[in-house]
Order: sequence, then structure tokens, then C-alpha cells
Amino acid sequence: MMFWSDPINFIGAWLHSVFSGWGMSAGPAGTLVAFLGILILIVFALVLDIMLVWVERKVVARFQDRLGPNRIGPFGLIQPFADIIKLIIKEDITPEGADKVVYNIAPVLAATAVILLWAILPIAGTITAVDLNVALLFLVAAGSLGTLAIIMAGWASNNKYALLGAFRMVANMVSYEVPMVVTLLIPAIITGTMSVKGITEFQSGVWLVVLSPLAAVIFTISAIAELGRAPFDLVEAESELTAGFNVEYSGMKFGWFYASELLHSYTFGGFISVLFFGGWQVPFLMADGFHFGSALVALPGIVVTLLQAVSFLVKAMIGYWVIMWVKYSMPRVRIDHMLAFNWKFLTPLSLAVLIVTALMDKLLASTNFYVLGMFLSNVVLAWITIEILRGVGRRQRKAEETALQPAMDAAHH
Amino acid sequence: MTPEQIIFIFCAALILASALMVVTTRKLLHAALWLVAALFGVAMVYAILDAGFMAVVQVVVYIGAIAILFIFAVMLTRKEMRDRGPQLRPGWWLAALLGLLVFAGLTFLLITQPGINRTAAAIPSDVDTIGRLGMALVSPNAFVLPFEVASILLLAALVGAVYVAVSKK
Amino acid sequence: MSIPLSWYLILAAALFCIGLFGVLSRKNAIAILLGVELMLNAVNINLVAFWRYLDPVQVAGQVFAIIVFAVAAAEVAVGLALIISIYRRRNTVVADEVDLMKW
Repeated sequence: MMFWSDPINFIGAWLHSVFSGWGMSAGPAGTLVAFLGILILIVFALVLDIMLVWVERKVVARFQDRLGPNRIGPFGLIQPFADIIKLIIKEDITPEGADKVVYNIAPVLAATAVILLWAILPIAGTITAVDLNVALLFLVAAGSLGTLAIIMAGWASNNKYALLGAFRMVANMVSYEVPMVVTLLIPAIITGTMSVKGITEFQSGVWLVVLSPLAAVIFTISAIAELGRAPFDLVEAESELTAGFNVEYSGMKFGWFYASELLHSYTFGGFISVLFFGGWQVPFLMADGFHFGSALVALPGIVVTLLQAVSFLVKAMIGYWVIMWVKYSMPRVRIDHMLAFNWKFLTPLSLAVLIVTALMDKLLASTNFYVLGMFLSNVVLAWITIEILRGVGRRQRKAEETALQPAMDAAHH
Repeated sequence: MTPEQIIFIFCAALILASALMVVTTRKLLHAALWLVAALFGVAMVYAILDAGFMAVVQVVVYIGAIAILFIFAVMLTRKEMRDRGPQLRPGWWLAALLGLLVFAGLTFLLITQPGINRTAAAIPSDVDTIGRLGMALVSPNAFVLPFEVASILLLAALVGAVYVAVSKK
Repeated sequence: MSIPLSWYLILAAALFCIGLFGVLSRKNAIAILLGVELMLNAVNINLVAFWRYLDPVQVAGQVFAIIVFAVAAAEVAVGLALIISIYRRRNTVVADEVDLMKW
């Protein structure tokens, strides 16, 4: 294959031939090429993580009507490196009585759970680390590894506030996995496949957010809760429980927790864009160039791949920006309200969306009203939900008024 | 030694070492974490066996739910943060002897079976195992009835666990 | 696939026996449940290995293993709820000390 049409496979085959030329047999050479590919992907993800620190601080500053870091380097671009140097030279404290092995493994496990997710992210049409056919379940599995890391951190710190924070965080994450899994079923039903490559390729016609906007909204809310970002960040807010499970971590171990949270947010922004907003699909761009109607602007394969990769990264950044927007605009939710919101509202709603989507998908599959029908069914369901919420709110207000009525009468007399 | 055999031996060593640590370590929380390592090794064995769906469901269900449930239970049922005293019952050597005898018996039975050393045939590439699995679980002349009974079992377990664990005030 | 079937079966037998040792020799009730989990995983490895090596086109083996997953999850949930409830009343989780009904 030519370099211009399929760069990654071309480089892989070239490296393979280099290693075989050095005398390695085919099996170990293939394994070594695979390991080099994995290494390059991880390095890319972590360098992206460093840039995300800068993005986060600039964006939070602008939301709060201030400038953000602008002294170190142009526009403060060197700030993340200064942060890293500061974290590395800080004193590494292990609390007395802490379980040393578990204490040290927890940040590593948290970072591993996030980097594992990059194995299934489709960056371009021909750039995907692994094309798993159960990729959506893999997403949930990597999330549960992160949950394990948090409970290990909370326990090993030998600090009851850290433990309480970790309990609440894990209860939060485990509860919000239910609507996340149910809404992940909806792209699987519509596209007929659980592999993210298949879902992205399906969206060359119409984006899944048009077919099922409610599922996109519920998935975004559950993803923000899974990440532990605001408004669900009861555990790492400094005013509550003194920073929760990472209170005893200092220096680079805390840096790993912080960096893995940012990378996790970006990765989930990537997943929201892949599942609902088309991922690497650029409008009118097919594998051999732009197709405007019947006109074809042919492009070499590497330009197409580059355009797709840029499209994915930009869409993931937009998803990440939405997650940051929610974080810096909304007040924090109390833990019992968080869990009640999940079990009493999100889970029944996501199950209702699933049933309606499956029904409408089967009914409209071969008609030409498919897109319109699915979109309208979601709108109707959202309207019914809002009416139910209004009714519940009205009844609650009335109940409060009648409860306060005797007190108001007594105050008048 | 093909690479597959090397990977399998590595997984098997991980599983057995973690399982031994689960049953012998003194600190109960470490036992639960070693169980997580053993379950992860089992997920890797499923992946080697071309059962990708089983591997991922193993991680989600066992590690993501059951292991965390164990860790919570360990943390909620202790009077103090330390484990004191011996963790094995006085007759533990008898249990070890019994375990070794059962293992020897099973291995002897397995090795003397003809055809036990067969290697696997390749799965034909047009067979979509996951699609067939999904169809089998909901198809009336396949396994929809065990599927529904399993879901009723899970519902009963859910209601029972909540009822038993809620403290009445 | 160059791994003989016997390797998987011996691995499952060894895991089962380690779980058996855990169940029979540990004091803490939660540690006993950990042993039971190891035994269930050994059984599952057996089922999936037989599915792969004897008839991978038919999915009955995997369905069996998935039902075992569901049953194991249900059993752990109820078992741990019982243990927590016992801890609340008797303030102990050592299996030998829960002996009110012994003769």
C-alpha cells in the first residue's frame, strides 16, 4: 500500500520489514511493531493531557471573567510545564498508617483506566488502535476500573474523611453507570453494531444526535457524573469533605489524579462526539475526497485521514468545552439529591427512551420518515416528561402552601 | 512455544498466584484486591478463548460491581481498621490436604480422557458470535426462558438484599 | 489456536481447589464468600473452554456461562447483605461465632 493512502499500515509494514531484516522472526516482529504503536498512542494521549491543563485553566478563567495564566510563555502556554515541575519537586508525603502498596497503586490505576479508553477511540477512518466489536461495553468496563482506583485511594489514606469521600464518589459512579449503559444501547440499536467504528461509519448520512437527542443529553449527564465533575463533584470540592479521596495525596501522585481527570473528561468529550456527533466524519468527505453531489474533489488518502483526525480532535474539544461549561456555570448538587436524581428520574427516563427508540426503529425502518419519526418521538417524550415534572412541581408547591397555611393565619391574627 | 502459549502461561500464573494470595493473606482488604487481580486474569483467559463479550462482561460485572461490593462489605463490617489474630481456622492443613487431593483426582481424570489434548478449530469467519448470542438470548426456541428466569432471580436478589440490609428504625 | 484443551481444564481445576481451600479454612465469612467466587470463576472458565473447543458455532456454552454470571452476582448481593445484617446484630463476622442454632 502506498504511504499516501494508508499511512499507519504502511509505517507498520515498513517497521516489520526492518525488524525482519535484523533477523527477528515474524511473530516477535509483529508483537514489537504493535508495542511501538501502543507506545506512540499513549505518548500522544499524555502530551494532549498536558495541553488540556492549559486549556482548562484558560477556559475557567474566561468563564470567571478573568484572564488566566498569561505570564509564562506567550498566552501562558508554558504554564502546564511549570505546574509539572512544581508537582515533581514537591515533597512526597505518605500518611502514617497508610497502606503503602495500595496507596501508591491507586493513582497509577486511575491513569491506566483512562489511557485504556484510548484503545477504542477512532481518531480517523484508518486510525483506530483496536476495532473491538464490543467497544461500548469496553467503555463501561474501563469506567469501573476507575471506580476501583478511587476506593483504593480512599481506603489507603487512613483518613476517615477520605474514606467517606471515596464512598460517596463510588456510590455516585456506580449509580450513574445504569443510565449510561441504557443510553449506550440506543446507538447500538439504531446502528446494529456495538463497535465504535461501525457507529461512526453509520453516521456518514445523518448524525445520531438528530435521531435521538434525548439519548445524547442523558449520556452527557451520566458521563459528567461518571467523571466526577461538577455539578456532581461533591467529593473533590474543597469546601466539602476537604477534597475527598485525594486529600492525603501530594506532589506528582495528586498530579496523576488531576491529569487523569482532565484526560478522562476529554476522552468522554471524544466519546460523546463519536457516538452522537459523527466522530471523524466531515460533511461530504468520503474515503477518496469530497463528494458534492456528483462532483468529486479527489484528495490523496493522507489528506483525507488528516482532515478526519482534525475533525475528531476538534469535535472532542467542543465536547470537552461543553463539559467545562457545565462545570463552571452550575452549583454543586448534594449527594442525596444526586442519587435521587439518578434513580428517580434519569433511569426511568432512559428506559423509556430505550423502549420508544426500539419501537420506532422497528416501525419506521423501511419507510422514508425514519429521521423525522425518530426525532419527533424524542421530542414528544421530552414534552411528556416536562409535563409530568410540572405536575409534580405544582403538587409539591401546593402541599407546601397548605402546610404553611396555619402558620400564615397565626401570623395574621 | 507459540506466543499464544506464552500469554496463556502468563495469565494462568497471574490467576493462580492471585487466588493463592486471596485465600492466605491476613488483611481482608488485600484479599479483596487480589480477587480483583484474579478476576482480571480470568477476563484475559476469556479473551484468549475468543469470547470477547464474556471478557468485557466479566470486567463490568465482576470487577465493576461484585468486587466493589466485597470491598464495601469489608469496610463496613469491622470494629477497627486492623485485622488481628490468625485468619485461618485451626484445621487448615486438613483443608489444604483435601484441596490437593481433589486437584490430583481431577487432573488424573482429565489426563486419562482420550482427546483431551485437542487443539481448537478456527471459528469460521462469517459467523458473528455476538449477533448469534444476542439472538439466542431472546429467541423463543432458544434461551429466552432461562434469560427471563435469570432476570426474575436478579430482581428477587435485589429486593431481598435491600430488605435485609436496610436497618429498621 | 495452539493451546491444548487440557491446559484450560487443569487451570480451572487448580482455581477450583484453591477456592475450596479458602472456603474450608477461613474464619471470616466474607473471606469464605471470596473463596466461593473463585470456585464460580473456575466453573466459568471450564464452560467457556468447552464452548470454544467443542462447538464454537453454537452459542449454548456462552449462554450457560452468562447465566452463571447472573446467578453469581445475585448470590454475592444476597450473601453480603446477610453478612452485614448479622454484623449489625451480633457484632461479629467470624463464621464460628454465629452458632445460636447449634445443638
